[in-house]
Amino acid sequence: MSPSKHIVILGNGIAGITCARHLRKGDDNIQITVISGESKYFFSRTALMYVYMGHMKFEHTQPYENWFWEKNRIDLVQDWVEKVDFKEKKLRCQSGKTINYDQLVLATGSKPNKFGWPGQGLKGVQGLYSKQDLELMEKNTESGVKKAVIVGGGLIGIEMAEMLAYKNIEVTFLVRESGFWRNILPEEESEMVGRHIREHHFDLRVNTELEEIISDGSGKVKAVKTKSGEEIPCQFVGLTAGVSPNLDFLKGTELDLDRGILVDHLFQTNLRDVFAIGDCAQFREKPDKNRNIIEQVWYTGRMHGETLAQTILGKPTPYKPGVWFNSAKFLDIEYQTYGQVPADWDESQVSNFYWEHSSGKVCFRMLCDSDGRILGVNNFGFRLRHEFFDKAIREQWSGQKVIQNLDKANFDPEFFAPYISAIQRKYAEENNITLKISKPSFFQRLIGAKL
Amino acid sequence: MKYIQLIGLTLFLTGLLAFTVIPFLGEYTISEAIVLDNTKDIHQEKMKELLEPMYDKEYSSSFSFIRELNQRVDDYNSELKAESNWDQVIWDDYSFPLAKASLSSPVQNHPWLFLFVSIGLTVLGGLFYNFPKFKGEPEGIKNNGIFHSKMKNRGWLGMLTGSYLILFYVILYWFPAYMVNLVWMVEPLSLILSGNSASQWFLYGLIYTLAILVMGVRMFRKYRGNRYQQIRTASVMFFQTAFAFLIPEILVLLNKPYFDFKNIWPLDYSFFYDYRIETLTSSGAIGMFMLIWGILLIVVGVPLFTYFYGKRWYCSWVCGCGGLAETVGDPYRQLSDKSLKSWKIERYLIHGVLVLAVVMTALTIANYFSAFSFLGNVTNQLHSFYGFAIGSAFAGVVGTGFYPFMGNRVWCRFGCPLAAYLGMVQRFKSRFRITTNGGQCISCGNCSTYCEMGIDVRWYAQRGQNIVRSSCVGCGVCSAVCPRGVLKLENGPEEGRINEMPILIGNDSVKLNA
Repeated sequence: MSPSKHIVILGNGIAGITCARHLRKGDDNIQITVISGESKYFFSRTALMYVYMGHMKFEHTQPYENWFWEKNRIDLVQDWVEKVDFKEKKLRCQSGKTINYDQLVLATGSKPNKFGWPGQGLKGVQGLYSKQDLELMEKNTESGVKKAVIVGGGLIGIEMAEMLAYKNIEVTFLVRESGFWRNILPEEESEMVGRHIREHHFDLRVNTELEEIISDGSGKVKAVKTKSGEEIPCQFVGLTAGVSPNLDFLKGTELDLDRGILVDHLFQTNLRDVFAIGDCAQFREKPDKNRNIIEQVWYTGRMHGETLAQTILGKPTPYKPGVWFNSAKFLDIEYQTYGQVPADWDESQVSNFYWEHSSGKVCFRMLCDSDGRILGVNNFGFRLRHEFFDKAIREQWSGQKVIQNLDKANFDPEFFAPYISAIQRKYAEENNITLKISKPSFFQRLIGAKL
Repeated sequence: MKYIQLIGLTLFLTGLLAFTVIPFLGEYTISEAIVLDNTKDIHQEKMKELLEPMYDKEYSSSFSFIRELNQRVDDYNSELKAESNWDQVIWDDYSFPLAKASLSSPVQNHPWLFLFVSIGLTVLGGLFYNFPKFKGEPEGIKNNGIFHSKMKNRGWLGMLTGSYLILFYVILYWFPAYMVNLVWMVEPLSLILSGNSASQWFLYGLIYTLAILVMGVRMFRKYRGNRYQQIRTASVMFFQTAFAFLIPEILVLLNKPYFDFKNIWPLDYSFFYDYRIETLTSSGAIGMFMLIWGILLIVVGVPLFTYFYGKRWYCSWVCGCGGLAETVGDPYRQLSDKSLKSWKIERYLIHGVLVLAVVMTALTIANYFSAFSFLGNVTNQLHSFYGFAIGSAFAGVVGTGFYPFMGNRVWCRFGCPLAAYLGMVQRFKSRFRITTNGGQCISCGNCSTYCEMGIDVRWYAQRGQNIVRSSCVGCGVCSAVCPRGVLKLENGPEEGRINEMPILIGNDSVKLNA
């Protein structure tokens, strides 16, 4: 039987690949082609840092074995698309090849932000997003790099710092805000991560902005200059001030673009049979009051792919994200968040509970609305259960109920210190109430870690 | 700190060099008295006659001595075999006891000195190297550079280490006569512990235990801040030292049968062999207790503990093979093959070995009760085949020698019949599972990479499915290396334990099986 239609997915990241998988699950008969210039096979870009540091080989970052694609008849094309002819429904690739489609899914991801800093094109200056960026970074830091400067204190910045430290390169960290990731994290959490960054011997400079990157005369970076006029010598500069949708090759076409590719809640662009998902998509209207118009995390890409596949399969499915969550790891400190915990809040509207362990590496924050119902939590240095908070936030539990049941949310390995009971004690004390404090098991008390 | 580690490395290599050189020391002189002392009554006359030309000649190397000794016995045997005179053939291998008794070497005069210079220095060096590890660094995952390492990524150092281990095991199992110097070195220690003369197995037990202890220290350093890993490591160190090494020796000292209370059939494949049953049944109350204890472990202990805690209670907390894999083998855990193909091979192989062990044991028991009238010869053949192919070649040579090539759990994953039995219980009737944390997985692959059993953990984690696999030994490293807090080893109700059609939390647009 000849295929009913040909769906071409541009980009083999988590969004594009998830869409392809669900298309195949739902329809045995369509032809599916995934095009990527970056790599033939799908890999997890969040793991690129581990390849650099020797925790893994590149092949370990590929979630499916190579035979998987053939078995599921998902055709993989490794090529860069240079031009899209939307009228003719045709793609022109760098290799000269043209590919026709019936429906096109744009899942082209992001590229690192460069804000027009003088010297941003010098050798030794780069961002970190793609496999090619990783290869470039390996080349750029192969030899002769003693000092590096990282511009922008976010998730990729701290990953890059950790990577450079593996090569014994001294790192200076320029952060525009008053604390690390302070535009996302509340003050205490930001401070905690800041302390931990310094514990790892990184030179963290807050309230510091980049003025220019200085060349050594041969086109290579030699130093950076900050807005306050200080010159910091370095042989490598990491630009990690966020990412933005990767759509340069679509500019000047009939596709509606803003910062990203504009889509509705069915991921439809202004053109028929053309969709956009993942980092590169920009919703015309927020999908939810607590969500951004551009979503750039791993699992949102996955959810976009899952959802769009249904629409393409003939079941129009508007995108409805559930309760927000995220996680990250700052050097050795793990971080998870569920629901809404903004960097700052209006104290008349929101009540705040914060507990920090004496080690200064473990903390828990819960925000509740004026009626005492949970808005969200941050947890650092220990693990909490997604399912628990998804339910609690969805069902608008009171803060007290959350804390009372917190032992059910514990996701730390066995025998770890019973942080939950410490949190419960502090909550009871602060609110002058009696709470049943969770009791550790016999084995936990016998051989488990103490607080 | 670096200097201490450097000293440690130097001491270790010096000790290893000494250990390698010591077998070549001394001369061999055999006498009639030696032959009479070390052969069975039925062979004494013949052996005396066969070896007479060698008497009172000094052999300057083990090679010439053992070669001639074996040659003389072999010549005699092949004549008999040619005549199909099977009863007269000397099946016993006397080369080890004869070589041991014929040796005169400085090791015999200064055993403690040689023990210190070889094993002592390696242990000391290992401790010097391991104790300061990661000093001054914050607690956390210490996997930097593993795939850039010559040792841990099948580089030349790994190849060399693997080859050395394989050579050691080949000599230990099949040519122990060449290591009598090393056995003499531990003679006084054996006399203290059990009152008996040392065998190659005592030497092996000592090295094995010390290796677990020294590399256990490395685990404490590497997994600082991870209580689960630390307790588990302490547990295998304890069970190896007390149960596998000291208690059996002390039992012998007290004139009781040698018995390892934590070894379980069918890993302990000779448990039902007639000579062992005879020993236990003729040793009074304690012998009976040992017999019943061993059987209770098989029929009650394994199912019960595995039901409550999963097979980890044994494989990564108690077992000696597991103990070595989790300490000495830890640097190689990332080398296990994660492909679907290897999983298929694994299931055929491990269950094949289990079937073989069960059939062999059933025949053994049938024989025992029928006074060896039922397939007696076949049973003997099976015993020697199993002992050679599975007990020695697979469990020993491949099981440990292949650490640097195929990871640290080759035996446990592909061969151990007890692991197969524990695994069936774990898969079908247990409260143990590894749970995944909603939608937090980012498919990075750390969990799969560091799974020593070759389980593709990520495949489950990224679709929100509980990991219920018969091979999982519950080492907990997948959970430790996860950067997003996704994996947790849990014991819980059986209901919902196996969720083959999971739904990831977070997307309200559509409820999908990932």
